[in-house]
Amino acid sequence: MNSSSFLPRDALQSLIDVLQDRGYRTIGPRAQDGAIQYLDIDDVAQLPAGTGDHQSPGRYRLHDGTSPRLFAWANGPQALKPWLFHARETLWCSTRGADGRLSFAAAPVDERPLAVIGARACDLAACHLQDRHFVDGMTDPAYAARRRGLFTVAVHCTQPAETCFCASTGDGPRAGEGFDLALSELDDGFVVVAGSAVGQTVADALPTRTASREQLAQADAEIAGAAARQTRHLPSRDLRAALFARLEHARWDDVAGRCLACGNCTSVCPTCFCHAEQDVPSLDGTSSEHVREWDSCFSEGHGYLHGFQIRPEIRHRFRQWMTHKLGSWHEQYGRSGCVGCGRCITWCPVGIDITVEAQAICGDADGGNA
Amino acid sequence: MNPYLPRQAEVVSRTVESGDTFSLGLRLTDGEPYDFAPGQFNMLYLHGCGEVPISVVADDPDSDILTHTVRAVGRITRGLEQLQVGDRIGLRGPYGRGWPMTQAEGRDVVVVTGGLGCAPSVSIIHHILGHRGGYGHLSILQGVKHTDDLIWRAQYDAWAQLPDVDVLLAADVAEPGWHGHVGLVTALFDQLRLEPARTIAMLCGPEVMMRAAADGLHAIGLAEDRIYLSMERNMQCAVGHCGHCQLGGSFVCKDGPVFAWPEIRPLLGTRGY
Repeated sequence: MNSSSFLPRDALQSLIDVLQDRGYRTIGPRAQDGAIQYLDIDDVAQLPAGTGDHQSPGRYRLHDGTSPRLFAWANGPQALKPWLFHARETLWCSTRGADGRLSFAAAPVDERPLAVIGARACDLAACHLQDRHFVDGMTDPAYAARRRGLFTVAVHCTQPAETCFCASTGDGPRAGEGFDLALSELDDGFVVVAGSAVGQTVADALPTRTASREQLAQADAEIAGAAARQTRHLPSRDLRAALFARLEHARWDDVAGRCLACGNCTSVCPTCFCHAEQDVPSLDGTSSEHVREWDSCFSEGHGYLHGFQIRPEIRHRFRQWMTHKLGSWHEQYGRSGCVGCGRCITWCPVGIDITVEAQAICGDADGGNA
Repeated sequence: MNPYLPRQAEVVSRTVESGDTFSLGLRLTDGEPYDFAPGQFNMLYLHGCGEVPISVVADDPDSDILTHTVRAVGRITRGLEQLQVGDRIGLRGPYGRGWPMTQAEGRDVVVVTGGLGCAPSVSIIHHILGHRGGYGHLSILQGVKHTDDLIWRAQYDAWAQLPDVDVLLAADVAEPGWHGHVGLVTALFDQLRLEPARTIAMLCGPEVMMRAAADGLHAIGLAEDRIYLSMERNMQCAVGHCGHCQLGGSFVCKDGPVFAWPEIRPLLGTRGY
């Protein structure tokens, strides 16, 4: 399934058409509201030709260019997460009859399969981590239904942002697995590799020709260059012991003095899974929707327990977030919960950088407990 | 199967236990079987209001009534307090890892509870008394802030009359006529009749009380891994998805709520976890 073919740039529309013919709702990157967002696409003209992104701590800006390339940006605030684990979703509805009896019905799930064109390696890795959380063990029916139908067209990243560190976490910039198709974008078209049987059938339906040795070498060189250009990294892929040995490190107070506890980092994080549940009753009280909504360990309610707060201070909340993301994920799912996408750095209004904080807390030899 | 969907239950009894504590007897209306282990909990759903985790009190194989003892402390529990016999609610469960009843077989058992920690623990006592030959000496210790907070007083008196059962009660503030200890429940450990090497302890109550109890029991010779604690955290889904109940790498709702002390000891008492 790993034979490479080449799809000329002017034939990319055929990919959208083939996927739509097969019943997929096609999603892809579009420049909207000043950011790359995964939205419905029907036409390649909707893709962000020539658009690039400048990212740095607390800053995200798109810029136009003359390149014909459609995927010459790193990422936007969304990963695949909002398409699989919805930001707000009704789980079930309770209906009360005139006699007081209750009946419960699961909310219907839109079963139309999604195809995402332009998924990044980091986001595919994050998707696999969310699969571990929502599908393995107790299965979330809505997530699982959407995940089953998902077709992913990865585009290997060649334009990492200044905030990216996927090479350090081992999750990019090359999409290693878990895609149906993977594309390498060159100036005149795309090297196409199938990663699944269904991906191969789609690839077979595209007007491709054999990729040349030069095209393959160019694609590999661009990905290798993207890895080499990344400057940020985490001190280690497993910081569990280091973090939990430094729960009283003075740096936690330092970062708490900068952190606004706004929760932007958890909203843009492609692996954060916390959500709150609440009831939304109808005005006449006969029915009530049981709704879940993304929650954040930075929120007041997250650690609330009948009259007291498990994490009353921002220090506790930031420490919960980081010790979970880089530490306890290992216990829960066998690896770090960070895929190196850098979103939490970019979208933090005060530019807190998880790689800098991890280095400050774990980088010293003596444990540094205050 | 949708793990989030409640089943309908009917309120078949309602008992006021103390000023803010009440018990609901519930019967599932779908006729489908329901089985639980001591220490597990259910999510009770109040229509239009939401869900709350409540431990199952009763362990009576001859009855299909599930008793839940609840303190009215929040929006949903205050709503549950208003329910009357015949009202309908939602119920899903049971969830979590309960008390180590198998590991306790053949051993002396010490149950130390504080406040409404008696409710998730009473199933231990019912289970041991229902399988009396399978367990050794039973010590029941319950501490409350004020004697008015002590529920099931007649039940404690009845247990105290049984052979091989000790009941020791403590209250920080006592009304006249109180025959129990005045002070902390952990001050009662020197009255325990136990052989530490063959004893297992099960603790439920405020964390500060459980930490002191674990330290105290360890000091009199109980092995660390024979001391179990039932933990309480914000729980909204009960299946390890919503993330609120995390205690380090553990999801209290599915990996607990009952933990062996060494499993959680590193973070126990660390503010923020």
